[in-house]
Amino acid sequence: MSSDTRKILTTDGIPLEESLKQAEKKNKIKAFLLVAPLLLFLIITYMIPIGDMFSRSIDDKMVTNMLPKTYKAMEKWDGKELPPEEVFEAFYLDYKILVKNKTAGKLQTQLNYEKNGFKSVLKKLARKQKKFEEGNYKEQIMKVHKRWRNVEYWRAIKRRAPSYTYSKYLKGVDMYSNEDGKIVQVSEDRRIHRILWIRTVEVAFFVTLFCFLMAYPIAHLLATLPMKYSNLLMICVLLPFWTSLLVRTASWMILLQQQGIVNDFFVWTGLVADDNRPEMMYNKTGTYVAMTQILLPFMVLPLYSVMKTISPSLMRAGKSLGATPAVAFFKVYFPLTIPGIGAGCLLVFILAIGYYITPALVGGASGTLISNQIAYHMKSTLDWSFASAMGLMLLTGVLAIYWIYNKLVGVDNIKLG
Amino acid sequence: MALPKYTEPHYRIWHYFYLLICGCVFFFLIAPLFVIFPLSFNAEEFLVFSDGMKRLDPDAFSMRWYKDMIYGTKNPWGLAARNSFIIAIFATLGSIILGTLAALGLSSRHMPYKGLIMAILISPMIVPLIISGVAIFFFMAKVGLAATHLGIILAHIILGTPFVVITVTATLSGFDHSITRAASSLGSSPYNTFMKITLPLILPGVISGGLFAFVTSFDEVVVVLFLAGLDNTTIPIQMWTGLREQLSPTILAVATCLIILSVLILLTAELLRRRSERLRGINR
Repeated sequence: MSSDTRKILTTDGIPLEESLKQAEKKNKIKAFLLVAPLLLFLIITYMIPIGDMFSRSIDDKMVTNMLPKTYKAMEKWDGKELPPEEVFEAFYLDYKILVKNKTAGKLQTQLNYEKNGFKSVLKKLARKQKKFEEGNYKEQIMKVHKRWRNVEYWRAIKRRAPSYTYSKYLKGVDMYSNEDGKIVQVSEDRRIHRILWIRTVEVAFFVTLFCFLMAYPIAHLLATLPMKYSNLLMICVLLPFWTSLLVRTASWMILLQQQGIVNDFFVWTGLVADDNRPEMMYNKTGTYVAMTQILLPFMVLPLYSVMKTISPSLMRAGKSLGATPAVAFFKVYFPLTIPGIGAGCLLVFILAIGYYITPALVGGASGTLISNQIAYHMKSTLDWSFASAMGLMLLTGVLAIYWIYNKLVGVDNIKLG
Repeated sequence: MALPKYTEPHYRIWHYFYLLICGCVFFFLIAPLFVIFPLSFNAEEFLVFSDGMKRLDPDAFSMRWYKDMIYGTKNPWGLAARNSFIIAIFATLGSIILGTLAALGLSSRHMPYKGLIMAILISPMIVPLIISGVAIFFFMAKVGLAATHLGIILAHIILGTPFVVITVTATLSGFDHSITRAASSLGSSPYNTFMKITLPLILPGVISGGLFAFVTSFDEVVVVLFLAGLDNTTIPIQMWTGLREQLSPTILAVATCLIILSVLILLTAELLRRRSERLRGINR
């Protein structure tokens, strides 16, 4: 007996199994079509641009494109001694075009990054090259400035030959690759980025900790109070949550200023002298206080929604079995709230690590974070490839935290309010 | 939360201490908002409580900063407010339409690669704003939409859709799909079924997601800072500039208006949440 005869057929004569499969496929396509507009929109306007940031951050075609003949001639040069005449000639021809097009300045800046003092040498060459005679360019160029006899300068040019570079990432952690191609740290007084990374993580960590310490008791109170009281108190959490970030930052700027209410209060209690009011804004204190208050609702809400589901009889049972309130709390209640703690801490930490507005307004010089540095390079120095590199480093960190969290707790229990 | 009579004294003390801590935290949360209120009625230009205000002298209070906000020539608050509302309304509409459709698709049990797609859809919420700002700026500059309303609206749709997707998916999680099947079996077209059955039931989720999207757009400053030109200044941008340069009481007048707006939004959101829970049969 063959298996075909046992197949159930639909009224159309198609086997039921196949018909079901077709229906399933149709449904799949239908569901996918509903998601498709948003998915496409996000991929085009968001995902690809983030990828674009990556190609920008490693892009180093500028110098490569400015000196095409030179790099072609340099292919054969081993970099040990001064390059041969062809390289000098190619460089002279490339540079002549740049000077003519008035784009030599860009090359001067770029090569100066590579080797200090390159700018003046190139500027002098720009002036002198007009009088050059045909042939024997090596002699003529070396006559312009004695640094052209130094092989280091030619190596510096050669180092910029590849179209791609990871130097921006090295710069982001205060490192660079030196003349010999070794990766070394920048001199101690110029290590600004590492300080910023450490400070960002430190601020995010402490803000998360403060938020947790403050949110836990009030979330517990909100979850255990009778509905009519807790609804009223909930407004105290939700109103700041819905209020503009800038409004809340503005109120902290008023409160924390030197003649502000907080300082008035300290003077009134006699903690500080009137003529010796402490600076509470434009430093780390301001960043900590304002960020904690602003991010606190993001900790309270997940904690509350988890605590709401914990039955009070569990604590009572623990106590009736002889546990002291403290033991009952730490052995019964606290472990049950861990999903809420995880969600709240993740949310606050991720928000804090990318914070920009509040540190920029109340942080001053000692309270700015890595985001401020990214914005600074985007808007002021216009070093977009460096801003992209730092942004991606930050993003990698955030995604790593997210991934770890997902492994430990699971992302599904994040709720909004 | 009254304590039972048999409570031991040291536990009683601990309990009052705990209530005190809670009180302090609530104060810390809400009090800063109330500083802005009286100071925005200050007759003087300084951002401290004047002696007259402390004595509740009526002359120390005035509406001059509100007048300055509306009629002041130096402050383009009118333009900023108009831009903010236009951008927020269109961004909300876009987020609602795209987000609701996507949530409907995601809630279908036939949806392939659910986890991956959900991760992509809510990624704008997880990625730090500054990075989103840089990426979106690169895109908008490339397609020539930087410093246009459309560019900012599209950017805010990106930031707003995750909220709609999350709230609508949550509403749909308690949704009984047999009623739409019942409607179809009774001859209703898919469009009719959606409009008459599905939409009214998920509406609270849609609107509360829309509220999140609206507030996100209305309050968004990081991405707009990269995108906005002089013509597309918004309220947050104006506030940002004002706070950076010089804190004027006019900003406090604007801030007071924004707080009133957020109270309204909060009330709407709360009402919707309760209605949604009632509709979905969740009793707490």
